[in-house]
Amino acid sequence: MPETGVLFEREDVTPYECDGLSAYRQPPMVVALPENEAQVCEILETCHAMRVPVVARGAGTGLSGGALPLGNGVLLSLARLNNILAVDPLARTARVQPGVRNLAISEAAAPHGLYYAPDPSSQIACSIGGNVAENSGGVHCLKYGLTVHNILKLRVATIEGEIIELGGGGLDAAGYDLLALMTGSEGLLGVVTEITVKLLPRPESAQVVLAAFDDVGAAGQAVANVIAAGIIPAGMEMMDQPATLAVEPFVNAGYPTDAAGILLCESDGTREEVADETARIEKIMQDSGAHLVRVSRDEAERLKLWAGRKAAFPAVGRLSPDYYCMDGTIPRRRLAEVLRGIAAMEKKYALRCANVFHAGDGNLHPLILYDANDADQLQRAELFGAEILRLCIDVGGTITGEHGVGVEKIDSMCLQFGAAELETFHALKHAFDEHGLLNPGKAVPTLHRCAEFGRMHVHSGHEKFPELPRF
Amino acid sequence: MDTLIQQFADTIRAAAENRRPLRICGGGSKSFYGNPATGEDFGVTGYRGIVDYEPTELVITARAGTPLAEIESTMREQGQMLGFEPPHFDGGATLGGCIAAGLSGPRRAAAGAARDFVLGLRLLDGRGTDLRFGGQVMKNVAGYDMSRLVTGSLGTLGLILEVSLKALPLPPAELTLACEMPRGEAIEMMNALAGQPLPVTATCHVEKRLYLRLAGAETAVKAAAKKIGGETMPNAAEFWRNVRDHRDLFFSGDGPVWRLSLTSTAPEIDLPGHQLVEWGGALRWLKTDAGAESVRKAAHKAGGHATLFRRGRHDTGAFHPLPEALMQLHRRVKQAMDPAGIFNRGRLYPEW
Ligand SMILES: Cc1cc2nc3c(=O)[nH]c(=O)nc-3n(C[C@H](O)[C@H](O)[C@H](O)COP(=O)(O)OP(=O)(O)OC[C@H]3O[C@@H](n4cnc5c(N)ncnc54)[C@H](O)[C@@H]3O)c2cc1C
Repeated sequence: MPETGVLFEREDVTPYECDGLSAYRQPPMVVALPENEAQVCEILETCHAMRVPVVARGAGTGLSGGALPLGNGVLLSLARLNNILAVDPLARTARVQPGVRNLAISEAAAPHGLYYAPDPSSQIACSIGGNVAENSGGVHCLKYGLTVHNILKLRVATIEGEIIELGGGGLDAAGYDLLALMTGSEGLLGVVTEITVKLLPRPESAQVVLAAFDDVGAAGQAVANVIAAGIIPAGMEMMDQPATLAVEPFVNAGYPTDAAGILLCESDGTREEVADETARIEKIMQDSGAHLVRVSRDEAERLKLWAGRKAAFPAVGRLSPDYYCMDGTIPRRRLAEVLRGIAAMEKKYALRCANVFHAGDGNLHPLILYDANDADQLQRAELFGAEILRLCIDVGGTITGEHGVGVEKIDSMCLQFGAAELETFHALKHAFDEHGLLNPGKAVPTLHRCAEFGRMHVHSGHEKFPELPRF
Repeated sequence: MDTLIQQFADTIRAAAENRRPLRICGGGSKSFYGNPATGEDFGVTGYRGIVDYEPTELVITARAGTPLAEIESTMREQGQMLGFEPPHFDGGATLGGCIAAGLSGPRRAAAGAARDFVLGLRLLDGRGTDLRFGGQVMKNVAGYDMSRLVTGSLGTLGLILEVSLKALPLPPAELTLACEMPRGEAIEMMNALAGQPLPVTATCHVEKRLYLRLAGAETAVKAAAKKIGGETMPNAAEFWRNVRDHRDLFFSGDGPVWRLSLTSTAPEIDLPGHQLVEWGGALRWLKTDAGAESVRKAAHKAGGHATLFRRGRHDTGAFHPLPEALMQLHRRVKQAMDPAGIFNRGRLYPEW
């Protein structure tokens, strides 16, 4: 390793002390900045030999503390592995290093009329390696899938410092689907050193329909009606009134701020498809009781309507010193109920909450407003968040749709899974990383921790764990 | 149904204790696929029935013994389908076998594979423990993605009990174009079309003819057909069903059939025999007398792997050999799920 690739002075390692979830901070013992795969392997081999834990880091935009360093460990930054190695326009693939920014892939593919579909809102900053580790989604994933649906092959460095290849040049590979298993494993199973992604042809055209509702339940029903009509929109987003009120003065997207909730529903494809689908969506919105329906007339208007949604987080951020972004997924039919539950929690915890929602796939992003300088507010925000996650589980959903568990939701994992499932996760982790050196303490809680936390999930009420195992 | 699960779990526990392997038997429609497994037959089709189907949630949950045909017809009534167009082969396919084999049909390149549609599953592991992973929601990244790991593992990691799958709407219009074209040119054309925003949902080249299926809004399908050209094929649904289930003439006979999964742009495979191309060039079916070694080498060179799909007279393993480090990892994953090694021993790789 070149000298500039190893940092250990306090002021040099401090920039790495947290990811996008800044409530948790811990400077690492050492930061390693390898420049190529061989160096990644050497670092891992050394750490393995010395039994030093390693936390991989991409761009550090993660929202669940997945890249939170360890005080006695190495923070392995993949930022310098940032080359696009090849774009194959005919096969529609790109081979890239993990530190490449998500958006940079689409930019490199653009001259060929192609793009990389998963588009997390953080796409100008987040790395593709981080996307793989979190199985990130975006506004368009109902139609185009998550990261796992859009990658073909990974090169992964094991904790022993060996390279394995998962997936392949074709659409499947021999043996177990370890490509899928690795995706979303939050840096606990291996370090991704190279990714071959699928590229898609840019849709010929796109149009967005804005629909405003007096009642969020009616908006939720409109979403179901669109799906029932056999339409899979390219994107279907919902914002509640607190969110539109925050966004509108900031972006002037043209959102009606008197509505209880708005939907943005996008159609893309060939010109004929889009014309046909947009007309149907417009009609469904009207029939579902929208008091205002507007269709983007040109690309400028479409982008403006989206600009509001894309700026939702920063706009909410202006309302309050801090916000806490949650990420539960629920069956859509329970939407109104969950939003009512969240409204009740606002009163209980005396904190405001704006809701931004990937409505098409049921992924909620409640944004809890608080002030981190006030310890009590921070604590209330965390309790508020945990209660939202509990509600998501209770209605048949999950504690994380796309941001991962990290350190943030580790206790909520005890609610979502039983001891047997958690044990399976540990057994699997052990198959990849016998000594537990890769990102320890993240994503999967120990049973001991769950016991301390005092709760285990009980499946459908009849499977009990009267004696919680304590190690 | 709970007593049935109890019975399954008891059988598994007894087998694990005595290290007596079990051969999980679903509908038997894919019994030819993979390597022969050793052990006692373990019939599981009694655990059947659709548990939950919410068309507007785009999710269907069913027990593993449910016939695939029943699931598909229920979905069709609601204007929906399984997006990966799973093969039924001789017709008796069950949901459990479909997910365990993880095979996808003609729509694969356009819509995704079996594993892409699996949202969650429930299974009994090699200790007989009842486990649930994933769920019924579209996006879920809590815990490792066990559901996708189990998909395609040929029953070697556990007994699948229930599966939740994402549903897709049936396209309002569908049309198949056909034209005469040499294979090399057809592969190029498949790739070129996939790079354009066209509603192509299946491609096939067999016997010097290229077939392209378009699906979507009526207007879009018509416009695309006009742009691409070629004659409209009558009885196209039957054609695609035959390709999917290997009832096309190409698949007749008792000889070996190889399945080569390759980079879609790979040139024609230079081996004697017959070929059928699907998935925009990424899947090549090969009937050849060439030796296993040379087929595997050709597949590797083309960026992929070769499966001996129908054995013929070969006695080589069905699946492409794995590099040593990866094979070790496979063994450890198997160990984690099935420590006594009782499930479908030898089916995936003969050694375990
Ligand atoms: C404003 C904002 C908006 C966001 N919007 C979205 C959104 O719409 N959808 C969405 O899904 N997410 C979103 N996110 C979350 C975040 O951007 C994603 O999780 C992203 O994939 C993280 O990438 P990263 O490079 O920043 O990873 P990091 O934060 O650096 O790391 C994330 C995790 O991945 C691991 N990791 C990183 N690189 C590797 C590697 N090469 N090999 C193995 N493990 C690795 C880390 O150990 C860590 O556990 C948003 C975040 C912000 C701040």
